[in-house]
Amino acid sequence: MNKICEAFENKKAFIPFITGGDPSLKVTQELLVAMQEAGADLIEIGIPFSDPIAEGPVIQEADERALRGGCTTDQLFDAVKEVRDQIHVPLVFMTYINAIYTYGRERFMKRCVECGMAGVIVPDMPYEEKGELADVCREYGIELVSLIAPTSEERIQMIAKEAEGFLYCVSSLGVTGVRSEITTNIKEMIDKVREVTDIPCAVGFGISTPQQAKEMAAASDGAIVGSAIVRIIAEHGEECVPYVAEYVKSMKEAVMEA
Amino acid sequence: MSRKGRFGQYGGQFVPETLMNAVNEVEEAYEKYKNDPEFNRELDDLLKNYAGRPSLLYEAKKMTRDLGGAKIYLKREDLNHTGAHKINNVLGQVLLAKKMGKTRVIAETGAGQHGVATATAAALMDMECEIYMGKEDTDRQALNVYRMELLGAKVHPVTTGTMTLKDAVNETMREWASRMDDTLYVLGSVMGPHPFPTIVRDFQKVIGKEIKEQMLEKEGRLPDAVIACVGGGSNAMGAFYEFIPDQEVQLIGCEAAGLGVDTEKHAATVARGTEGIFHGMKSLFCQNEDGQIAPVYSISAGLDYPGIGPEHAMLAAEGRAQYVPITDEEAVAAFEYLSRMEGIIPAVESAHAVAYARKLAPTMPKDKIIVVNISGRGDKDVAAIARYRGVEIYE
Repeated sequence: MNKICEAFENKKAFIPFITGGDPSLKVTQELLVAMQEAGADLIEIGIPFSDPIAEGPVIQEADERALRGGCTTDQLFDAVKEVRDQIHVPLVFMTYINAIYTYGRERFMKRCVECGMAGVIVPDMPYEEKGELADVCREYGIELVSLIAPTSEERIQMIAKEAEGFLYCVSSLGVTGVRSEITTNIKEMIDKVREVTDIPCAVGFGISTPQQAKEMAAASDGAIVGSAIVRIIAEHGEECVPYVAEYVKSMKEAVMEA
Repeated sequence: MSRKGRFGQYGGQFVPETLMNAVNEVEEAYEKYKNDPEFNRELDDLLKNYAGRPSLLYEAKKMTRDLGGAKIYLKREDLNHTGAHKINNVLGQVLLAKKMGKTRVIAETGAGQHGVATATAAALMDMECEIYMGKEDTDRQALNVYRMELLGAKVHPVTTGTMTLKDAVNETMREWASRMDDTLYVLGSVMGPHPFPTIVRDFQKVIGKEIKEQMLEKEGRLPDAVIACVGGGSNAMGAFYEFIPDQEVQLIGCEAAGLGVDTEKHAATVARGTEGIFHGMKSLFCQNEDGQIAPVYSISAGLDYPGIGPEHAMLAAEGRAQYVPITDEEAVAAFEYLSRMEGIIPAVESAHAVAYARKLAPTMPKDKIIVVNISGRGDKDVAAIARYRGVEIYE
């Protein structure tokens, strides 16, 4: 199993996100390998959810496509496990608390260990509620990634002090999705974090161009990109792998320049 | 680790970090104003002189005679301004928004009653207002859409997911996460993240408080049963809350069983749901084994919701309240029954409670008393019920 911190060792990280099972689990497997080859340092795999309240339209539609295609949590675990030997970068799941709670917390973490997952990101479980998963994650050695947002202000340090793996810095208000401009002062957020911890910080939400990725990575330890990749998948369907790989490569190069 | 806003093991505050300071701000404001004499004076004045409270507790003599058992009283929330109990909560929350310095309110709506109430309060208190409503509901409740627009609100039809109430909640949460500085999300039921289940219950508990006072005045004793319909559960929680310590009073919530709880077309969360965490709260939900929220169904847009408020989940777990499923067919029959029997056309939501009263009353002796909460009036449903009966009427 690879730890999340390996993604940030002596480099800025590029972190792509894909929705598992979109458009099929076979493509998900191919994307994991291809994105790693193209330079991804850590990969986020979304477990599709019927009601993803933190997502904008692009990822909502990816979740719908995956669920319509019949993707279940068990099938996604199986698919990741099958290709795990070929993957040497850390993998994390991004999913809503209900997917984990309903599957059974212990059972979920056991399967994460089987698949060699490094961590989970749960966007609708804030600091105050992380007791729902903290113990079971610790027991199974799965890191629980925390998020900070432009509205977090005095909460940043409280969250950062207990953060594991990396700290997910949400760049903008609202939901995930491509934005032409990111107006939040990321450096100010990260400076507050740095006062209490040196955990790696990666910025996500709204990043789509190499220029944005470079700027965000310059202000932090890495850039996370979801909707822009999912959009390429939506456009090319089963044939998307080379297009995604090419995009990831260009984004990784931009991040390395930061 | 704080465990705020818990009802037994249910409730909580499961929202994205982006919204945490917004929900905390609502909680602080509510704590500040809930016992503030000036706030309460203003709210009481609005409830009395604008909404028309107290609402009547009406003895349904013909219905009582017809069913031949327990004496039946109807709590007439349908007589409130805007035609439903929703106004009680909305006046409280929009007044709170005003005190918080907000200039804009947003809300989800199912049947449209909460949207109409929010648009009404926003018009009265000079707030901008935007309402999110599932596309399927804007179609079946077209009149309410126009009503909201007439009141100055902007109505957004929601085309994601099942295009009903749960999707309207998703979309309103997304909107709030993108703009909270000047905006309060006026949640319409006893659900969502803390502090909403508590705030909405507190603003709705006036229903049960009045029932208790009116019952003591008319009968000199408490009722034996209080019956209310349950979607998210705000009218039921409002009617039940004051009676929770009175163990001798049976509390009965009526869930929408749609085409039947043994089909996939229902919204009977207590009967068929399982524990989960969604829309900010740990509670019971209609969902599959992967936690995917089920596409629920009811003829009543207001009960067409896959979850239930966390305090109801607790009352169900403790056995303090009972929850019974009522089918579309039973609700429609009760809709017609109350119209003919008492000359009162109930909302199709409230008709679920009437339907259970029709089953329960004949099994009880004549010296027992049942209160049925008529949470809203049925004018909005007339065209839909006509269509259900094969009569093509368009609004």
